[in-house]
Amino acid sequence: MNKKIIAHTALKVKDLSIGYFSKKSTTVIADGINFQLQQGELAAIIGVNGIGKSTLLRTLGNVQAKLSGSIQLDGKDLKSYTPIEMASTISVVLTEPLASKNLTVIELIALGRQPYTNWIGRLSETDKTKIQEAIGMVGLQSLKNKKCYELSDGQLQRVMIARALAQDTSIILLDEPTSHLDLHHKVQILKLLKHIAHKTSKTILVTSHEIEMAIQLCDKILIMNKGSHEFGEPCELIQKKSFERLFPSDTVTFDPKTGSFKIKK
Amino acid sequence: MENTAKYKVSLLLLVLALAICFVLNISLGSVSIPFKGTLNVILGREVAHDSWEYIVWNYRIPKAFTAILVGSGLALSGLLMQTLFRNPLAGPFVLGISSGASLGAALLIMGSALISSLFSYGMVNDVSLAVAASIGSFSVLLVVVVVSYRIKDTMALLIIGLMFGSITAAIVSVLSYFTDAEKLQQYIYWSFGSVGNLSWSQLLLLLIIILIGIVLSIVSIKPLNAFLLGENYAQSLGVNLKRSRYKIIIATGLLAGGITAFAGPIAFIGLAVPHLTRQIFNTTDHKVLVPAVLVYGAILMLICDTIAQLPTSANVLPINAITSIVGAPVVIWLLVRKKKMIF
Repeated sequence: MNKKIIAHTALKVKDLSIGYFSKKSTTVIADGINFQLQQGELAAIIGVNGIGKSTLLRTLGNVQAKLSGSIQLDGKDLKSYTPIEMASTISVVLTEPLASKNLTVIELIALGRQPYTNWIGRLSETDKTKIQEAIGMVGLQSLKNKKCYELSDGQLQRVMIARALAQDTSIILLDEPTSHLDLHHKVQILKLLKHIAHKTSKTILVTSHEIEMAIQLCDKILIMNKGSHEFGEPCELIQKKSFERLFPSDTVTFDPKTGSFKIKK
Repeated sequence: MENTAKYKVSLLLLVLALAICFVLNISLGSVSIPFKGTLNVILGREVAHDSWEYIVWNYRIPKAFTAILVGSGLALSGLLMQTLFRNPLAGPFVLGISSGASLGAALLIMGSALISSLFSYGMVNDVSLAVAASIGSFSVLLVVVVVSYRIKDTMALLIIGLMFGSITAAIVSVLSYFTDAEKLQQYIYWSFGSVGNLSWSQLLLLLIIILIGIVLSIVSIKPLNAFLLGENYAQSLGVNLKRSRYKIIIATGLLAGGITAFAGPIAFIGLAVPHLTRQIFNTTDHKVLVPAVLVYGAILMLICDTIAQLPTSANVLPINAITSIVGAPVVIWLLVRKKKMIF
C-alpha cells in the first residue's frame, strides 16, 4: 500500500466535456467529468450504451478533440504534447478492426515502436528487446509468426495489448477489450491487464460492460450516468449505492453483498 | 525481421529477371534481329545492317525503358492506393483515375475540335495531351479522396470509381458522335495504350515525374506501415495524418496520372502486381514491398510489351489489351486460390 501513496498522479481529468464539433453545432455527449488515476492503477469506465465511454476514451487518447475542461498527463496539459511525445506517453487499443489483417503478429507488435524509430522505421536493438518483452509478457511466443487473420478474437486482443506494451507508454487506454470474448477470455484479458499495471507501474484505463468483473479486478471505477459521474474504489462505490442507479430498477437490481446484478422477474 | 536476408535474395533474383526481360525485350520485335546482332549494337560493335542500330537505339531501347517506368510506376501507385484506401481492389483503374485521364484526353482531342476548329489544330500535341490527361486523373483522384473521407465504406468507393468509368464512357460516346473520324481514331489509338511512342526527351520528363513519385513513396514508408493498423492507430503512433495522406496522394497522382498521360490507360498492372509481389515476399512491410513492386512491375510490363510486339510479325497489339489478358486471370486466380484478397 505504501507504494501507492508515493506513486504520482498519472492522469488528471477536470471538468471535462466531451462530444463532437460539427460546422453548425456542438453535440455534448457528457460533461462534468472529474477523476484522477495514480501510476500503476487499473481503472474501468462503465455505463450504459451510448453514455460516452468510448468518446471519453478517444478524447483522452487524443483521437478526437475535447469540448472543454482539462486533461493532464504526468502534471502536464495534454495540449502541450507534440504528436511524438503523445505517442510515447499514451497508447491505445481501439474497437475498430485492423485495416490489414495480413500483418503477422510480430510485424504488428513492431509497429508499436514507431514513435522511437528513425525516418524509415529501422528497429534498433532496444526496439527489438522491447518487442520481445511485450511478446513474453502477453505470452505470444508461439503465435508470433502467424498472420492476424489466422487468430481468434481473444488472441488478436492479446496481440493488440502487446503492441500497446511495445509502445512503452506510461498510460494505456483500451476500448472494450473484452467484448466478443467468452467468460474465460474476458477474465484472462482483465487479469493480464491488472498484472501489467501492477508489475510495470503503467496506468491502464479500460471501458467495459463487465461491471461484476471490474468490481473484482479494478483498482478504480468511473461510473458514467446521465448528469453525474461517480468515481472511486469499487467498495466505496458499492457503499454509496452507485451501481444501483446504473440501470433502471425494473430490469435489473444490484446486490451489494455479492457485487452482482440480478434480473428482476 | 529474420527474413530480411531472404527478401534480399528474392529481390536480387527479381533484378536479375528484370535484366533478362530487358535484353529479351529489345532483341525481339517486328524486324527480326539476331540476338548476337542486338548485343553488338548495345556494345557498340560493327553490325551487319545500319538499320539495326537505328531500330535498337531509337525505337527498342526507349520503348523498353518506357515499359520499365510504366510498369514500376503503375505497380507502386497500386500499392500506395491499396494501403491508403484500405482496399485490396484499389488501383488506378478501379478507382477511376485512368478514366479521369481518358476523359481529359477525350475532351482535348475531340472536345476542342467541337469548340473551335481554329483552336484545335495547333493544340493537340503530346505535351497538351499529357497535361490534359494529368488534369483529368488528378481531378478524379481528388474527388475520390474527398469522397473517401466522407464515406468510410470502401465498397462505396469502388462503386464511385466504376461510375467514373461509366461517365467517361458516356461522354466519350457523345463526343465521338459529333467528331470526325480522324479525331476519333486519334483518341482510340491513345486509349489502346502504348509504350512505343516516346522520344528520349519525353522519356526524361516521365522519368523525372516517376522519380518524384518514388521519393515521395520512400519518405512515406513509415506512415504507410502505420496505416496498415488503421488511421486512428496511425495517429496514436505519432503519424501526422494530414501530411502523410497528402504525400501519398500526390505520389499516387504523379505516378498514375503521369504514366497515363504519356502511355495511355494501361490496365491491371497497378492492381495485380502488388498482389503478385505479396506471393513472393510474405510481408506487409513497405520497406520490402516498395522496391519489390517497382522491380516486379517493370518485369511484367516488359513481358506484356514483348508479347504485344508479336515478334517477327509486322503487327503490334494494343498493350492495354495484353495487360488485361495477362492481369485479369491473375486476379481471378488469386481470388479462387486464396478465397479472399488481402493486402
